[in-house]
Amino acid sequence: MSEDWPLYEVFIRSRSGLEHKHVGSLHAADARMAIEHARDVYTRRQEGVSIWVLRSADITASDPEEADALFEPARDKVYRHPTFYAIPEEVKNL
Amino acid sequence: MSARRDAPNERDAAQQAAHVRYVLRLADTSLVLGQRLGEWVGHAPALEEDLGLANLALDLIGQARLLLTYAGELEGRGRDEDALAFLRDAPDFANLTLAEQPNGDFGHTIVRQWLLDAWQLEIYAGLLRSADTRLGAIAAKALKETRYHHRFSSGWLIRLGDGTAESHERVQAGLDSLWRFTAELFAADEVDERMQAAAITPALMELAPRWSARIDEDLAAATLKRPAAQPYPWHGRRGVHTEHLGHMLAEMQHLQRTYPGVRW
Repeated sequence: MSEDWPLYEVFIRSRSGLEHKHVGSLHAADARMAIEHARDVYTRRQEGVSIWVLRSADITASDPEEADALFEPARDKVYRHPTFYAIPEEVKNL
Repeated sequence: MSARRDAPNERDAAQQAAHVRYVLRLADTSLVLGQRLGEWVGHAPALEEDLGLANLALDLIGQARLLLTYAGELEGRGRDEDALAFLRDAPDFANLTLAEQPNGDFGHTIVRQWLLDAWQLEIYAGLLRSADTRLGAIAAKALKETRYHHRFSSGWLIRLGDGTAESHERVQAGLDSLWRFTAELFAADEVDERMQAAAITPALMELAPRWSARIDEDLAAATLKRPAAQPYPWHGRRGVHTEHLGHMLAEMQHLQRTYPGVRW
């Protein structure tokens, strides 16, 4: 049965204020069922307070073949990291 | 000469016995239904449904534990939840007859679940205002679980009923075969009357139309036909069970009966 169902990606927010994080995927006939399945499969141990589901087919992913072109050029631009600022003593939580 | 009246202590004893019996009926219905759902583990049509049914089963067994523990305390004979679950024979079980019916196919299981979820929704909501605060607290916890159970079971009922010709036919067959057990759900007997008089439980008469309205609403969405009302020969709550309960208990109680007191 589940082979006939489309794949959904599941995102769980573990606590209020945090972001939804990808936790895995599952099969379901539609979005409502995907939420129920996600609840049953991924929140059995109080992992979350909110669930998002998304049809896997609706995700557009970058092509691994293009990884060089996409990500290599950032490698030698360390000045983009905010690590060159002197942080004043008084600032504790930056 | 006036009619003989129960002496106060006899009346108290009868009231206490009814109280124990009432809590046991709730407990056993949850326990037996939970055990039945547990039989699906490893056999459900999809991994996700396997977990879903197991979650329902665990909620129900959790309810049964709280209720059995309480029934044991009310009874005052030193029986704990395990003694009540594993060391009673079928005639001492007080579950609704519907709960013990075998799983059948997935549609059959869903119908049984949905009928009882809708029943528990009304019972637990009614118990929130119980004069028995312990029972009210257990009902408050169980009600949250039951709302999800009904969401799950009604969702499937509608999917299957309004699904393919085969799924519709199977779920209608499940409904037709299980409907005869529903008359027991709201048939008040002397235990219910005593509990209602003491404001421990809501009046079943008032809950029945609400249950019925919910059932009709879900059936309409599922394009299923409500079977005709049938006579009421089933008395699981009084300990008169169908043959299925004994077989189920044989499996459920086997370990404790064979190795009394065994732990792991």
